Amino acid sequence: MAAKKSPEIKPDATFEDALRRLEEIVGLLEGGNVPLEQAMSLYEEGIAVSRLCARKLAKAELVLKKLAKDAEGNLAITDNEE
Amino acid sequence: MANQQQPLTVTELTRRIKQTLEGGYPSVLVEGEISNVRRHTSGHLYFTLKDEGAQLSGVMWRSRVSGLRFEPEDGMKVIVAGRISVYEPRGAYQIDAQSMRPLGVGDLQIAFEKLKQKLAAEGLFDEARKKPLPPFPRRIGIITSPTGAVIQDIRNVISRRFPSLEAVLCPVPVQGPGAAKAIATAIDDCNRIGGIDVLIVARGGGSLEDLWAFNEEIVARALSRSLVPVVSAVGHETDFTIADFVADLRAPTPSAAAELVVPDRRELLENVTNSWYRLHDAVLEILNRQRDRIHNLLTSYAFNRPLDLLRQHSQRVDELHRSLLRTVEHGISLTSARYAALGQHLQALDPRRALQRGFAIVRKAGEVVSSRALLKSRDAVEIEFRDGSVRSTIT
Repeated sequence: MAAKKSPEIKPDATFEDALRRLEEIVGLLEGGNVPLEQAMSLYEEGIAVSRLCARKLAKAELVLKKLAKDAEGNLAITDNEE
Repeated sequence: MANQQQPLTVTELTRRIKQTLEGGYPSVLVEGEISNVRRHTSGHLYFTLKDEGAQLSGVMWRSRVSGLRFEPEDGMKVIVAGRISVYEPRGAYQIDAQSMRPLGVGDLQIAFEKLKQKLAAEGLFDEARKKPLPPFPRRIGIITSPTGAVIQDIRNVISRRFPSLEAVLCPVPVQGPGAAKAIATAIDDCNRIGGIDVLIVARGGGSLEDLWAFNEEIVARALSRSLVPVVSAVGHETDFTIADFVADLRAPTPSAAAELVVPDRRELLENVTNSWYRLHDAVLEILNRQRDRIHNLLTSYAFNRPLDLLRQHSQRVDELHRSLLRTVEHGISLTSARYAALGQHLQALDPRRALQRGFAIVRKAGEVVSSRALLKSRDAVEIEFRDGSVRSTIT
């Protein structure tokens, strides 16, 4: 499946970056002015990126944390004990 | 008579007056028009209260000035709560104000309007100052009470719409003394810690007094200097606070704020799916176009030039073939004509033709006898005529 790695989007990319790349690819292909070889590799990348996007959206749990400040005024984000 | 009494020193008398006055008026509420307002560089506020018949000096120490919900200005009617104090060096009495509020119905409203006007004049509400919200925040700061419905509402909305992010709660009191300062500090802290993409400053519904912290200048200032975009959601839909005007975006309710801040997962998934289809269509389109191009090329003049040449060559070959055939046929017919002539020639030489004309062939033992010397008496000969042979004996 991940035989061919896109140079642009890595699995740890943000959803935003992945979606932007996907839209860019769709735009390029819809523009139609790409050589066939490139079109095929863009297509493959697009499929991979759209899978990545879907996977990122599937992540389910909201993480709720808390901003804590110690006596010296140092700030830290800690787990929210409930 | 008075002159039989021991005279008091000025200090002594003043001290007595001070004791009487301060003991007699430890807590008063006085109403009047404020004038001659001076804010000293020390932070203390000096003023005069007056009505038609009298006037009273007043002072408000710095620590209490910060608790003022409005900016006192000359001519305002105010109610001052405080105590009477005597300033001995000058022999003056004054009211030591603990709190002050504008007089009349909607006094908070007046204070609200005053601050609103002041901040508007400074440009704090200008649209140009409003920062856009990030389309896909990864970490959201939520400044609100850690207890109560607001944080739960916001949490529920985020969980439903876009759970793949981190929400950081900044617990603050949202009403009462110290609330405004805590809120302002939280806004600054969220800027200081970094990594927070957007802030929600929220509070549930309540009276104007309950919501007051969000009308205080200290909060407005913190909001205006925040580099992180802020969405405010204070009270109900009909409540507007100063914070709402300064924030980058005002949401009618805390839930609505959460909806404005986080994208909807379902919409995004649809978007991704849609892109997926568009990807397929676009590639099919490209493939079809390429196929058409190939087809067009195949039928184009340029591409067919070689084929043309081939065809021309093939035609030439055909022609050559035909001409070859013609030549061969010609040759054959020539030959056959020659054969015919030759045949005639041969026919002419055929001895049987002589027989037709009445000659006969004499053979002896199968050999043609062409001379009489070959014959002697009693030889058996065969004479061939046109229509057959006879045997005979030479005599």
